[in-house]
Amino acid sequence: MEKYLYIALFAPFVSSLFSALFAQQKKMQFVGIVAPILIGISLMSSLLLLSHVHESGEAVRANLMDWIVVGDMNITFGFAVDQVTAVMMVVVTTVSTVVHIYSNYYMDHDISFNRFFSYLSAFVFSMMILVMSDNFLGLFIGWEGVGVCSWLLIGFWYHKKDESKDVNPSVSPSWAANEAFIVNRIADLGMLVGIFLIYWNLGTLTYTEVFAQLGTLDHTLLVWIGITLFIGAMGKSAQFPLHTWLTDAMEGPTPVSALIHAATMVTAGVYLVIRANPLYSQIPEVSYGIALLGTFVAIFAASMALVNRDLKRIVAYSTLSQLGYMFAAAGLGAYWIALFHLAAHAFFKALLFLGAGNVMHAMHDELDIFKMGGLKKKMFWSFLMMGLASLALAGIYPLAGFFSKDAILEAAFNEHTYGIWFVLWLTAGLTAFYSFRQVFIVFLGDERYHEIGAHPHEAKPYALWAMSVLAVLAVIFGWFREDFMEFITKFLPAYEMSEHTHHMVWILTIVTTAIAVTGILVAFFKYSKKLNRSEKTENSFAYKLLYNQYYIPHFYEKAITKPYAELSEIAWQELDMKVVDATVDGIAKTIESSGDVSRRAQDGNLSSYLKWMTAGFVLITIIAVISVVIK
Amino acid sequence: MTITLTHYLVLSAILFTIGLAGVIRRKNLLMLFFATEIMLNAANIAFVSISSFINDLSGQMFALFIIAIAASEVAVGLGLLILIYKKYGTLDLDKLSTMRG
Repeated sequence: MEKYLYIALFAPFVSSLFSALFAQQKKMQFVGIVAPILIGISLMSSLLLLSHVHESGEAVRANLMDWIVVGDMNITFGFAVDQVTAVMMVVVTTVSTVVHIYSNYYMDHDISFNRFFSYLSAFVFSMMILVMSDNFLGLFIGWEGVGVCSWLLIGFWYHKKDESKDVNPSVSPSWAANEAFIVNRIADLGMLVGIFLIYWNLGTLTYTEVFAQLGTLDHTLLVWIGITLFIGAMGKSAQFPLHTWLTDAMEGPTPVSALIHAATMVTAGVYLVIRANPLYSQIPEVSYGIALLGTFVAIFAASMALVNRDLKRIVAYSTLSQLGYMFAAAGLGAYWIALFHLAAHAFFKALLFLGAGNVMHAMHDELDIFKMGGLKKKMFWSFLMMGLASLALAGIYPLAGFFSKDAILEAAFNEHTYGIWFVLWLTAGLTAFYSFRQVFIVFLGDERYHEIGAHPHEAKPYALWAMSVLAVLAVIFGWFREDFMEFITKFLPAYEMSEHTHHMVWILTIVTTAIAVTGILVAFFKYSKKLNRSEKTENSFAYKLLYNQYYIPHFYEKAITKPYAELSEIAWQELDMKVVDATVDGIAKTIESSGDVSRRAQDGNLSSYLKWMTAGFVLITIIAVISVVIK
Repeated sequence: MTITLTHYLVLSAILFTIGLAGVIRRKNLLMLFFATEIMLNAANIAFVSISSFINDLSGQMFALFIIAIAASEVAVGLGLLILIYKKYGTLDLDKLSTMRG
């Protein structure tokens, strides 16, 4: 089984290196064929590993090499595939394979076709390291690796003009890439501190050893470790207040948004909390904080999605919101439910993004949904799949989102945290509304795209076929909830609902479905015939507040970015130029001017040389005389 | 008045100073040669007088060596001077300088 572990891990790496060979050259079709095949091989190996873990119930372990061996410190480059990892691997490779195939269609005319595949496969490799590592340091390597790939891919079209937010509210790819990287950098510092704390106190970083020894640490320390690790998770999963980068990351190509900024990388934070469940179950106060933050982000992001007009940003906000759900579940101790929602979300959210990619292609990269409409006629299959994904997202029976989101709501109810339950319930309604607002505005109603001169066309069949895999999963994945629970709870703690909750389940289900259906109906009546826009609403304070993302980006710009830039300016002008540079320049100038003076001695005139010689002779004589006299 | 060692040494010092002043002040290469010759002979006087004063012949031998070296030096030096004069048409040091420090 070790063999399959290595194949699953290194096939994406080979794919990346292979594509990188041709990175500087113009499009080569075989790159777009080889890369998906290699990722597919990784998927096959992951499936084999999953079935092996399922049958044996044991984790597959492999030790690639001793990595850092210094004194007492011994950190190995080890991998372990247990139940959680196997699920993550399958989710990652499934979505990756689909996205790799789809990219052939989406990046068809891009000049950097080969380079794109190289980055995309490198991302998959990093993500595999992240989920497969059996210690915190390996996780951190993967963590940074996906960060770099995310940076490379958000800024893939780096040649677009670089403009700050003042000039262009939709920012440029290079700006967005830097923002994402820097925000993650800040959060990663927190995570590093957490890892240091663990190593400092336990002397090991391997998960099994760390979690076995947690009892020996005192509570305050555990709280600190929990908080610092979660700060890392907040950055990667774009939780408030580090959330701004995710929507700006939509500047990257759409397959990237589907793979990295919806299905896989952003869920790494949730994965970390699930992975560290023995830690978080010992610090309920931090866990509760995580649940509260998750709940807040869920409704916070959903509210911003209500009014947004950007096709991709709406989906990005819904990703944020769903990540909030996952954190809420994980914070409440329902780890397996969080993982279940993570997997289900990966499928339907990737599908939603790929559908958005089809629409973008059809509309010649137009993103304003108010300029679309009536696309159903031209793009029926995209409509169908985006509709399915939105239904799953809204949590309509019997799609995947229904089972996973319902379980989270049940868990919130079961914990007697009715506040959390209520907010998440309300968010479910908002989710249904904004996702169908988008679907109806884009696909139904009058055909406004004539105004911008677009000629919509359906995506190529193979792209649709690739997407259909995700569509099928988005529909059926929820049906395996019981099997999933049985499988995963061999590793993760089981989550028991109380008797009371069991009695209430059907009421909860009806209530939740009711609000979701209400959301869809409101969207239907408001947007399905034609685009209803009222000046009054759009000029109201609430609308503007939401449209401007609560002015948080503005606030960051004014309160952090600008002052920091000014501080840097001062440090440059005052400190660097006037102290550091002045000192160095001073030394150089002294030497130069002394040379300038003494240079005149060497004028080539024998007479003056003789004078210098005589002067030297006299000087030496005087010194000799004086030294004799002193003696 | 008897002539003592001090007289010789004072003469030697005066001659040496004259030679040194000539080396510093003179601009003509030929005159520089004359000045160095004067300095050499100042040294010779000091050698010979001290040698006779302490009854040791090696000082006088040294003076003979210096005379021999001075003679050969002048022979070579004058040859060079002629070449320089042929090439530049002058022996003025200020005009012979080619470097611009």
